[in-house]
Amino acid sequence: MSQVMRAAHAGRRPRPLRTMLVYLLVIVLGLTIVLPVIYGVLGGFKNTAQLSTNGLGLPHPWVVSNYSGIIKSGTFWRAVGSSTVIAVGTALIAVAVGACAAFVFARFAFRGREFLAMLFAIGLMFPPAVAILPLFVLLRTFDLLDNPLGVVLPQAAFFLPVTIIILRSFFRQIPREVEEAATMDGCSTFRFFWSILLPMARPALATVSVLAIVTSWNNFFLPLVVFNNSDWWTIPVALQQFKTEYSTDYARVLAYTVMAMVPALAFYAVAERQLIGGFTTGAVKG
Amino acid sequence: MARPGLTDERSRGTATMSRTELLADGGNERRRRRLRRWLTITLFLLPALVLFMLLVLAPIVIAGYASFFKWNGLGGPPTDYVGLDNFRTLLSDEVFHQDLWHAVVLVGLSLVVQLPLALGIALLLNQRFRGRAVFRVVFFAPYVLSEVIAGVLFTILFDPETGVKFAQGWLADPNTVLYALFIVLTWKYFGFHMIIYLAGRQNVPQELLDAAATDGATGWQQFRHVTLPLLGPTIRISVFLSIIGVIQLFDMVWVLTTGGPVHGSETLAVTMFNFGFKRFQVGYASAISMSMFVISLVFALIYQRFVMRRDVQGAITVMGNQG
Repeated sequence: MSQVMRAAHAGRRPRPLRTMLVYLLVIVLGLTIVLPVIYGVLGGFKNTAQLSTNGLGLPHPWVVSNYSGIIKSGTFWRAVGSSTVIAVGTALIAVAVGACAAFVFARFAFRGREFLAMLFAIGLMFPPAVAILPLFVLLRTFDLLDNPLGVVLPQAAFFLPVTIIILRSFFRQIPREVEEAATMDGCSTFRFFWSILLPMARPALATVSVLAIVTSWNNFFLPLVVFNNSDWWTIPVALQQFKTEYSTDYARVLAYTVMAMVPALAFYAVAERQLIGGFTTGAVKG
Repeated sequence: MARPGLTDERSRGTATMSRTELLADGGNERRRRRLRRWLTITLFLLPALVLFMLLVLAPIVIAGYASFFKWNGLGGPPTDYVGLDNFRTLLSDEVFHQDLWHAVVLVGLSLVVQLPLALGIALLLNQRFRGRAVFRVVFFAPYVLSEVIAGVLFTILFDPETGVKFAQGWLADPNTVLYALFIVLTWKYFGFHMIIYLAGRQNVPQELLDAAATDGATGWQQFRHVTLPLLGPTIRISVFLSIIGVIQLFDMVWVLTTGGPVHGSETLAVTMFNFGFKRFQVGYASAISMSMFVISLVFALIYQRFVMRRDVQGAITVMGNQG
């Protein structure tokens, strides 16, 4: 019977062997992605002695003090809080400021428009690392070191090109007739933007915000330079410091690393569509 | 609500005006409207322009200026003008040469290993099989983790004390450290490129592949002569992003090795950080920043001019097929 089924299957899809091979390949690759994470999760339940003698096996006995210590300590939650405030702030500023600019670029024809739009587009090609040193000097002059704005504002500025490019192309797609109808009804430009265009652009705004949040959440270089004082350390900075501090107790560091993954993966689970959609529209349309 | 009221008022206003009044008012109205238009444009653009100029463009100008000075970054603007000295020192610096070489190696490995792998997986995931959505989610997941998380995880995994047997010491050996770094980079980033390719692949119209199959094209020929050319724009963008990423690589290196052993995995950004933030040779570090800037600018210009030029056409084909 199974032969009949296989024959029928083969009739529809000529190569069952190929399907097997596909599975084999993606499973092997999936394992190389997942195994390091599992190593981390299990390692967090070991003590250092176990980690060096029994790196790959199951913990024996299971040590929970690494995880519970981090959960009970204030520093981890403080870092989560800082990362959240800075990510949300970055997204809000980048999207608010970027949407206004994208609106003008999309719906107005004026002299110098293409030049300005290109100026922002060029910003997409500049590695932020190029600007970090003078940025530091600048922020120190404005007394913005050890201040969340010192990270939020530059991050928002560097994210503007992405915001403007994605939102501009979205605003363009909204038909002229919508704007004409609104103007006929006596709608001011600002009101058209605020009460008609922005609500219509909600999916694009969500995409851009999610991208901004993830970019900010994972940023390391800027917060590393700006925050000398541990008060505002974001998760990446706190994790790196934790690793240096406990360089003799890697089991504890693994627990911290795993804890640091949780918010990012949770956010990914919630916003997967916007994330993947955002990268692909950005990349495919250029 | 307010909208009909506004229209009523305006029409009533025009109705009571004489012809000449109407003309004069039209001129005024037009001027007023033009003024209001410019005001709108300015007000909407200004915040973005200020933010961008001040925090993206100005720093690059400052770095350019500072690179001509010997400066510890403290106490007001630099004064000790040294001309091109910083650049002369930089060009003869062994570490700088190594940084450039490391970038070349990492770009080469990305183009030969990471991107083809991502493309291959994207094509696999484009086929219909049970559970492919799960694999897509898993492959992309490392991308949402920061380089620091990936870096710390693999530092411990590659550690001589705690790591897995075969990988122990990869990071401590100057001969293997770059490859170890590349493995971690691939772990984190190939899912990103895969997702881009997957989207590009979904824009390749099935009719074209069917037509090729009808004409007797083998699977490889369909890939080589239909899929691959139509993926051109996507591939070129992914290559571009990959190279720009390598030029500014910092986080992962800093966490894994801080550039060592003996500068064996150092990158331009790490060298810049060491001089700028550890040794306070801000003038010299600015020269390194400028070299990064010039390299990415020249690369971007050449790439746009010679490689992405055809993509306007490609984009139109893709859009036409979507619509």
